[in-house]
This record gives sequence, C-alpha cells and structure tokens, in this order.
Amino acid sequence: MTNPNNATISTVHTADFTSGHALQIPTLRILQDDGTIYPGATAPDLDQETALKMYHSMSFIRVLDERMLAAQRQGRISFYMQCLGEEAATVGSAAALDDKDMIMAQYREQGALRYRGFSLEQFMNQLFSNEKDLGKGRQMPVHYGSKDIYYMTISSPLGTQIPQAAGYAYAQKLRGLSNVTICYFGEGAASEGDFHAGLNMAAVHKAPVLFFCRNNGYAISTPANEQFKGDGIACRGVGYGMKAIRMDGADILAVYQATKMARDHAIATNEPVLLESIAYRLGAHSSSDDPSGYRSKEEEEQWRKNDPISRYRLWLIAKGWLDDAADKAQIEALRGEILDALKVAEKVAKPGIEHLISDVYAEPIPELERQLTELKAHICKYPDAYPITSGRM
Amino acid sequence: MAKMNMLQAINNALDLAMAKDSTVVCFGEDVGHFGGVFRATSKLQEKYGKDRCFNTPLTEQGIAGFANGMAAQGMKPVAEIQFADYIFPAFDQIVNETAKFRYRSGNEFNVGGLVFRTPYGGGIAGGHYHSQSPEAYFAHTPGLKVIVPRDPYQAKGLLLASIASEDPVIFFEPKKLYRASTGEVPEDYYEIPLGVAEVMQEGKDVTVLAWGAQIEICQKAIEMAAAKGISCELIDLRSILPWDVDTVVKSVLKTGRLVINHEAPLTGGFAGEIAATIQQRCFLHLESPIARVCGLDTPYPLALEREYVADHLKTFEAIVASVQF
Repeated sequence: MTNPNNATISTVHTADFTSGHALQIPTLRILQDDGTIYPGATAPDLDQETALKMYHSMSFIRVLDERMLAAQRQGRISFYMQCLGEEAATVGSAAALDDKDMIMAQYREQGALRYRGFSLEQFMNQLFSNEKDLGKGRQMPVHYGSKDIYYMTISSPLGTQIPQAAGYAYAQKLRGLSNVTICYFGEGAASEGDFHAGLNMAAVHKAPVLFFCRNNGYAISTPANEQFKGDGIACRGVGYGMKAIRMDGADILAVYQATKMARDHAIATNEPVLLESIAYRLGAHSSSDDPSGYRSKEEEEQWRKNDPISRYRLWLIAKGWLDDAADKAQIEALRGEILDALKVAEKVAKPGIEHLISDVYAEPIPELERQLTELKAHICKYPDAYPITSGRM
Repeated sequence: MAKMNMLQAINNALDLAMAKDSTVVCFGEDVGHFGGVFRATSKLQEKYGKDRCFNTPLTEQGIAGFANGMAAQGMKPVAEIQFADYIFPAFDQIVNETAKFRYRSGNEFNVGGLVFRTPYGGGIAGGHYHSQSPEAYFAHTPGLKVIVPRDPYQAKGLLLASIASEDPVIFFEPKKLYRASTGEVPEDYYEIPLGVAEVMQEGKDVTVLAWGAQIEICQKAIEMAAAKGISCELIDLRSILPWDVDTVVKSVLKTGRLVINHEAPLTGGFAGEIAATIQQRCFLHLESPIARVCGLDTPYPLALEREYVADHLKTFEAIVASVQF
C-alpha cells in the first residue's frame, strides 16, 4: 500500500492525545564544574594542541568582549555584542568541524570565528569600520565575515541564514565536497518562519547541515518561556525527521563531542542534525540593551557560576596541558595587545568614497556613477561638512 | 499641554487609545513587560494587563498574521515591528492580506483598526539593517494607509487617527527623533486627519516637500535659502498613502517650483510618484524641473552615512538650482 501521507499509521480505537511534552530530550554533560569528568562519561579524543587552541579562543573572546564593550562605552565604537557565557558553545562546535566547513552564524559567534583564525587586526578593522575591514565598513560592529576562512558575512535580520544554510549544504553535496555547513541561531530566531522553511527543506532534500541552536534563555528581553511552549528547540528536529541532540552549552567537551558526532552523521548520510546548546546570555543583548529592566541580578549570578571557561581551564591544568601562572600572564599580555590593536585600527582611514557605490552590483550601473559624480562635486563645494572623504577627493 | 518627546507622545497616544477602547491591544517583540526596545509601550502591560499588551515570539510574519486575525475579528491590534528593516518577513501578510482583506471579500470582512507601528530611518549609525525607509514598497499597495509623523504633537494625533481609522495603517516612526524631538503636546485625546498634508511655512519662490525626520533637514535648508533671499514654502506630506495631491498642487501653482526630499533611495522612491503627478497637474506653471533630493541608489551605508544622506546642504543646493534654473 502506498503511503501518500508519509505518516506512520498505527491504529487505535479510543481517542487519546499524545502529550505536547511527550518527547523530552536529555542534556549531554561531560565536564563537571570542578574540571573532572562526570562518572560514566568519556572525554572526547582531543590532542593537546587542539585542546589548547579551543581554550585560547575562548579566553581571547572573553578579553576582547570586555575591552570592546568598554570601548563602546567610551564612544570609540558605536555598538557591540558580547558572547559572554556562550564561549564554549561557539568554540567547541567550531573545533569539531573541518576548516572548510561553512559557518553561517547569527551574530554572537565570535568564538567560532576566532577558532577559525580571524586575527585580532581583522576583528578591530571590522569594529572600527575602517578601510581595511573586509566588509568595507558597511555593517555595524560584530557583523564579521571572511571568505578565506569559510565564515559567511553576518546579516542582522534574524533566521535568514537558516534556509540559506540548507541551500549552501545542498550545493556542497551536489559539488561532491566532503564538507558540511553549520548554522548558528538563537532560540528566539527559531520562532521566525525561516526556521521552519530551512529545517524542513534540509530534511526533505538531504542537505548536510548542522543546525546549531544557542538556547541562551533570552531574545533581547523576551525569556524563552514567552518564546515557545514546547521542550526547548531540539525536539522540533524530530518533527522534521532529523536527528537531534541537546548539550550543556557551557561544557565545551559536550559541545565538541555532540558536534563531532553530528558532523560524522551529516557526512555519512547527508542528513541534517539539530543541536541545541543550553547556556545563558550573561551579558546584555547588545550595548544598546540594559537587562536590569527584565531580569534579576540574582538570576545572573546563579548562571555566572556556570562559567564555561573556568571548568575547562581546570580540566586542562589537571591534564598538565596548561600552566596556571603562565596562562594568567598570557591573558594579561593579551589585554595589552588588544588595546594596541584598537589604537591602530581606530586611526586607519574610513573606506574611500568610491565604496559608497561599489558592490551594489558587480559593476556600478551608470545611474550610480552619475550619482557619485554629483556627490563628489557637492563634497568639494562643502568640504568641511564631509571630513571623512573631502580630504581625499 | 505637557512637554513630551516623540516616544512619550506615542506612549501617551497608546495609553489613551487603550483606556478609551477595550478592543485596542498592543503587542510585538519585547513590547510587554520591557515596554519595547525603544520603550514606546512602557508601562502599558502594567496598566492594561498581559492580555492587552504582550511580548510575541520573534516572528514578524507571525505578528502581522496574528494582527490580521485579531482585526478581522473586530479588535484593534496595534502591532509593533521592532525595526522597519525587519518588516519584510511580514510583507506577504501585509501586502496580500492586510491590504486586500476588505476588497477580496466584498467587504464581508475587513481589518480596519489594524495599525503596524515601526521605527524607520537613519541617523543612528545603524547601517543598512537599522536605517531603511521602506515607505515606497507599501505606498505601492492599494488598501493600506501609510503615515509618517515629524514631531511629538503630530505623532500622537496621527497615531490616534490611525487607530480610529476604518482602514489598516502602517505608521512609520522616525527613530532618530524618538528622543531628540520634543515639544508641547496636549494631554487629552485628539486626532490629526489622515491623508491631509500641512503647509508648515508659506513662501513664494519654491515649494519644499518632505515627511518625517526630513522635515527638520528641510527647515535648515530653507533657513539657508532665506539668507539668500529665497522664499520657500514648506509642506509636510504626513500621509504617503493616500497623499494630499490638492495641497501640493495648490502650492506649486503658486511657486512654480518643487523640491522633494526623502531619505529612501532615489529610484522607485515616492518622490517619483509625486513628481509625475505634479508635472501633469501643474505643467504649464512649472518654472524649473521638479527636483528630488534623496538617498543614493545603494543600501544605507555605515562609515559613509554622512555622504549618503539627503542632508540640508544638498537640499539647499537643489533649492538654489531650482530658483536659478
């Protein structure tokens, strides 16, 4: 018999609902707060170099975030978004990938970007929207992107990358590449229509995507319990017919393990996987936000104890891979390097006037050329009003 | 009268509308307890309860569809889209549903009373995803009304008229002016009629037409022109759809010249529609070509925002060129 509904029919003769909470997905934890491994758990097979690269990526982002939020408060950059509390989720997942796997992030995944090798100078150039920024100074701070390291440029509208990741991964498959796409988004963005479209299309067309949901408890001020009524996000994957896994997003070993397993599955079967990281957005949504208007300090303090870096650090020290004192000195040195890089980047010129019209199309259309000519003449007439560009006409 | 900024005036309008009519309901992302990311709905949940002022899940198409459903049932949803740049997931619900509800059903059903409030426009270092002025997309959609206020007094009166309207309204709020624009606002309920432009300053040489945040830009340009002995008539269009053709025609018949200013890109912007209509209605009275001072035909930039915008200097130059043509 054909199955036109594509639904399993196991017949019953009395009416009974399936509960909306019938499916509860457990949370993978490997690393305990004290830096030891949970009884019965096994640490993933990590070599020292990789393990340290993961650690240094996390601590780099922690220090960068602190410094650049301060720079925003000083008025040196216009905007900033921290990754505080989610360093392990973004670094641990990126570490489990191949360097040529595509990353399609939302905007709070600087940990993954750093792990891929985005340099301090590149971070600074984007944050100061100067002429060395790969994005040509066009986007607000933290909207990074780099073709070289397979990191798709961030777009502010939420969830738009989800169906794009399905399409990108499908193209990777058709091209015969042994690579996957990882797609990061928040539990808030999972409410966008694009989430449904993306997951369903990836499942139907068998696209090797890792949908990585950072469930961090808040979409700006909106807590997750006002965002959805089901059991987190992971269970939705099952609804689309894909494998799903949930892990403690502050446990980098769990994140690494889950992502590695998901990647292996996607490569082997071309099936997408939905991963859900449970962590907490310890910082504000952005520098424009003030969480004191919607959550308590007590709640924040409770989650602050769940620090993703400290427990991993303890694990590394216990293994003899990290020296406590040397690491502290290194972090202090890093603060200095970041400040130096900041001072350099803020003095680099803004992009030239020609970049006002470049990249709208592959080549500027005649009307844009005309508009630019007219604008240049205007700027020459009022040079004081346009100090960024008038000196370079 | 009380001194209010634009956010306070909008908040006050919503408060009065909710107090006056129990079918008025406010919702959107972060609109509830937090009072919206700009605080336009501050304290409304406290005052009117969670059923009438609430957070929605993060889905603009959901917000718009939900609003359509509520309005079809006879209530008056005032739905907030957090930034106009994020209205596009809701485009289908607004263009194909909101705008056509009454028409397609032969008036069996309608969504009158529905208002979409959304902050638009640049000037806040927001780059292309926090600065757009998408009014022209919606002006191309019969069945919608499209409103843009310029100051707190206008915002309150126009918003209250929008909520009272029998037709669905998109209400674009110039976010640059949310706190920057202040003025005396009556504390009581009042409406400013939709579809009526306002001649803000009379003049004889050239008509300058704008809306929203561009009005203050034009005021600066007009002052510069006045110093050169040029007398400008300033019109705030206020309502993009329907727009007040007669008021603009009357002015241009008098001045013989028209300069239109908007933030959105030139090509396909609403200035083109105005220019076409005015040249038809005023052809033999025009002394110079109708000029448009607009954004460039590019996405809204970040680092070079100052170069891009339709500022007072470009507007002043256009006024002078129009008079000297």
